[in-house]
Amino acid sequence: MSYAVSMTSREDLDVHRFSWPVSIGIPLLALFIQVFVSKWLGFIKIFDLPLLITIFFAVARRRPVPSLITGALIGTFQDVLAGSYIGLNGIAKTMVGFLASSLGVRIDVDNPGSRFIMTFAFSLVHRIIYMIIDLALVGANEPWYWGHTLVSAVANGLLAVVLFAGLDRLKQRA
Amino acid sequence: MENFFTRYKNPLVLMAVLFIQVIALATQVKRPDNARASGSGGTRLIRVWTLTAITPFERAFVATGHFFRDTWRDYVDLHNVRKQNRELQEELARMRLEQVRLRASAEQTQRLQALLEFKERYVGHTIAAQVIGSSGSDLSHIISIDKGSSNGIRPDMAVITPHGIVGKVKDVFPLSSQVLMITDRDSSAGVILQNSRLQGVMSGTGQGDLLVNDVMSDEKVDVGEQVVTSGDDRIFPKGLPVGAVTSVSSDSEGGPFLAVKIKPAASLSRLEEVLIVTEIVEEVPAEAGATGQHRAAEILSQRLPSASKPVDNAPGPATGTAPRTASQNPSLKPASPNPAGLKKITSGNPAANSNTPANGAASGPGASGPAKTSGSNGSAPSGKAGPRVTSNVTTNNGATTSGTTTGGTTAGGGVATGATGTPSPRPKPKSTATPGQATPAGTPQSTPPTRNQKPAGGDAEKPPQ
Repeated sequence: MSYAVSMTSREDLDVHRFSWPVSIGIPLLALFIQVFVSKWLGFIKIFDLPLLITIFFAVARRRPVPSLITGALIGTFQDVLAGSYIGLNGIAKTMVGFLASSLGVRIDVDNPGSRFIMTFAFSLVHRIIYMIIDLALVGANEPWYWGHTLVSAVANGLLAVVLFAGLDRLKQRA
Repeated sequence: MENFFTRYKNPLVLMAVLFIQVIALATQVKRPDNARASGSGGTRLIRVWTLTAITPFERAFVATGHFFRDTWRDYVDLHNVRKQNRELQEELARMRLEQVRLRASAEQTQRLQALLEFKERYVGHTIAAQVIGSSGSDLSHIISIDKGSSNGIRPDMAVITPHGIVGKVKDVFPLSSQVLMITDRDSSAGVILQNSRLQGVMSGTGQGDLLVNDVMSDEKVDVGEQVVTSGDDRIFPKGLPVGAVTSVSSDSEGGPFLAVKIKPAASLSRLEEVLIVTEIVEEVPAEAGATGQHRAAEILSQRLPSASKPVDNAPGPATGTAPRTASQNPSLKPASPNPAGLKKITSGNPAANSNTPANGAASGPGASGPAKTSGSNGSAPSGKAGPRVTSNVTTNNGATTSGTTTGGTTAGGGVATGATGTPSPRPKPKSTATPGQATPAGTPQSTPPTRNQKPAGGDAEKPPQ
């Protein structure tokens, strides 16, 4: 049981761990759904399930290194499966994982409202990082759709409230 | 140094991970063709390994999805197929019913067409009727038709089909009539065997057959010989098919006659449409040219000794009660010749056939030879509505060679009308004959006609011109 200084009213923050099947299976399932199922269910493309899984594992573990590595792996596999440049999602999700774990140490992320706001904010951050990399490193010139970005962030925030509540059952106290 | 890494472990790890990914990304961006198109380098290996690992799951997922999708489609298709099958079955049933209806309609059309052709060929005025019922008993052979007195049907009118005679009208009601079929025991008709030209009276056996039992045993009758109506009964037109001889045997009573059984030509058990003969028109060869009138007069003079020559201006001794109108006798109205040259026998003249048809037929054709005479006391023309017979033989120029029946005899008809005969209840056409000119009943002015003498040449005297 680890303890950390936080901005919550609680004196201690629970640090959770996950079993290996969950640690591997959930990200793969999220990748699978995001990459393959979205071919038939187009509305899934508005979400970013690997990002949500990255955030969930990061705030639940509250350990930056495993969280950023988890984000890097999930992002890289997403790039591999999506056929895009490997590193675009990897770098973005690495950053998000690191920030989410750092934030999870300081605030209560078990509240649905804070989960929505956090996910909304990290969705925007992820998108911004992605676009910066895409513009700066890849040299692409993709248009920036603010409306779509905001809608996607809201959708991810709403889905996170529901998804995280379900994934909470897979937590194990560290 | 150790404290540095320990203290900044997280940022250092982050930077290291980011650096690796930036390098990888830069490698791909630097050689986009090799990295993305040809797929060389480390990133290609990552892709190959990842896709190799994920492909089985993807295939399994896709296969599962296809399985459920196909299953669902099969279910939906099967459901639709069942529904479609039901609809097709119903459609097939409807089409079968429609086919049956059309077939029945076509058959009815053919029957009616045959009926119409027959009607146009043989008889003048007929009324088509539908058979709407039967007696429902084996003892009586009666059918009901859907035409009655309101349609002009009168008792004793002949009922025929293109295949043969059926019977005669027995009872008439306003909207329907009953027909006594020829197979009934009470029915009879004058017939003639087509080949041997033997005449006789046919009667029903009550068992579906017909019997002619007044043919002398020394006559030769062949089985299968066709039997037609003789026309002597004044009910059935001459020449209509009656049936075919099925057996010839000796009279059961040991008499000097043959019992000739005939199978009806018409399918009396499956009648649907019939014709009621209201007016009979028998074709007579037309005499063309200017000699037509002269030849007709010669024929008349040969048949009627009393009318030795045509009397052009003599007053018309129209005898009997048989009416003759100017329109029926072109001799009275030369301006309206009968181009068809027809001998016209109109049914419904009680003067010509006052007895019941059965009796009239039995006594008329006179199987034993000459026709009987009657009407001297007017008992025969009892006023019963019987077939009215008027005979007009006209040639092309419109000359009428015979007009009315007289108080004498009529060939085969077996009925003679007298001046004292009871007039027909039916409305008579306007006649030019006066009562005083009628020949006294029972005193025929002509010799008895021969058996085959036509009614037209019967006892009618030369009408006045």
